[in-house]
Amino acid sequence: MSQTRKEMLVDPLVDNNPITLQVLGICSALAVTSSLQVAFVMSIAVTLVTAFSSMFISMLRNHIPSSIRIIVQMVIIASLVILVDQVLKAYAFEISKTLSVFVGLIITNCIVMGRAEAFAMKNPPVASFIDGIGNGLGYGLILMMVGVIRELFGSGSLFGVTVFETVNNGGWYVPNGLLLLPPSAFFIIGLIIWAFRTWKPDQVEEREYKIQVVGDH
Amino acid sequence: MSDANANKGMIRRFLDLPTDSVAKTIFIATTLCLVASMIVSAAAVALRPIQEVNKLKDKQVNILQVAGLFDPSEDVVEAFGAFEPHVLEIATGQFTEEFDATTFDDRAAAGDPELSIALADDPASIGRQAKFVTVYLLRNADGSLDKVVLPIHGYGLWSTLYGFIAIEENGNDIFGLQFYQHGETPGLGAEVDNPRWKSLWSGKKLADDAGALQISVTKTAPAAGADHHIDALAGATLTTVGVHNLVRFWMGEAGYGPFLTNLKAGEF
Repeated sequence: MSQTRKEMLVDPLVDNNPITLQVLGICSALAVTSSLQVAFVMSIAVTLVTAFSSMFISMLRNHIPSSIRIIVQMVIIASLVILVDQVLKAYAFEISKTLSVFVGLIITNCIVMGRAEAFAMKNPPVASFIDGIGNGLGYGLILMMVGVIRELFGSGSLFGVTVFETVNNGGWYVPNGLLLLPPSAFFIIGLIIWAFRTWKPDQVEEREYKIQVVGDH
Repeated sequence: MSDANANKGMIRRFLDLPTDSVAKTIFIATTLCLVASMIVSAAAVALRPIQEVNKLKDKQVNILQVAGLFDPSEDVVEAFGAFEPHVLEIATGQFTEEFDATTFDDRAAAGDPELSIALADDPASIGRQAKFVTVYLLRNADGSLDKVVLPIHGYGLWSTLYGFIAIEENGNDIFGLQFYQHGETPGLGAEVDNPRWKSLWSGKKLADDAGALQISVTKTAPAAGADHHIDALAGATLTTVGVHNLVRFWMGEAGYGPFLTNLKAGEF
């Protein structure tokens, strides 16, 4: 591998972020970012699942028949997700109550499968593990950025701790209800992608088409 | 020993097959499914006792909270000992000794055709209603009744809301209401958990002097007056409608009506 381990870990944070550059995992980023606590636990869960599923898939990579490789990956990912869900229910009951169905939906998170298919099938276990951690953290970073904006302006709090006293609780802040609804995450992620690509212009995708100049007058 | 060696030899032979051969594909699929299912079921079985304890504790904390008795520094199980659980037959409003109140499962009963009825008139959108539920009585030191805590549930916008309502011994005054499980929109419908909104329920009356059910959760105060009215949640119209319907359903004749009548008569 041309990449060092440190690069594998740091690259997905900004330079090759799964959400902003690869544009994967958007669906769950919309669903779990209305409160920071949920977004945080979700980030950790996705990071662990991505890392371990990549590691196990990489350990088996030379024995996985290509005709059933996606199913094999899914079985491994789904088993790990069920494990995470069971452990949360046993040791972090409050949090598992707020996450509810979203833990199960990690199975459908394209980042987990994307890394399994794109990286773990071709690389050794340790490298795949680190790649999984890196991508999970990259996903978590964006989740936390979106979560801060949505919770602060949508509910006037951060991690459930009141920052702006809302009108409902007798304060002055009128919360922005739109930020609590999933579409707001679309706008915020869009703005973050814009900011990242302005900061690092090499992330801008090449145009797939060119506007044709028609005729000379 | 020779058996184990033979086994090992067989696995080795399978692993050495060309990866894309049919035999190896079947071997990998079978082995992986077996191993994965064993791990998953082992985790589920091993962790179930802890999960059950969590669930029970969560329910008890909610019953304590709705009755205004929750104190984080106290042991939940011990504090919960103050309650007297009973299995109530909804249709008659009388307690039954048919089931053990400490282990009776209301939710399982609602799904059991023997123990539940399909509702034709179903404003709370619950589908089937259990014939029996567990209710909790709280007594004063002298043995007279203080409060009753009744389980309620119904559909909001996205989810079924499960909760408890605490009623004073006169069978008409609400002491508190609390939901312990729901999936409403955070910040909008999930404001049913907001302590300020929950505190609005305290002291409201279910029925007017004539005995007609008047309790309502709406945007504008109805003619019945503020004593029977809880202000709707801003930005959560459908959740509010759900709460309105479910409270009226459970407090009405199809719900705890007969029990509340008995309660007013001082039967317990």
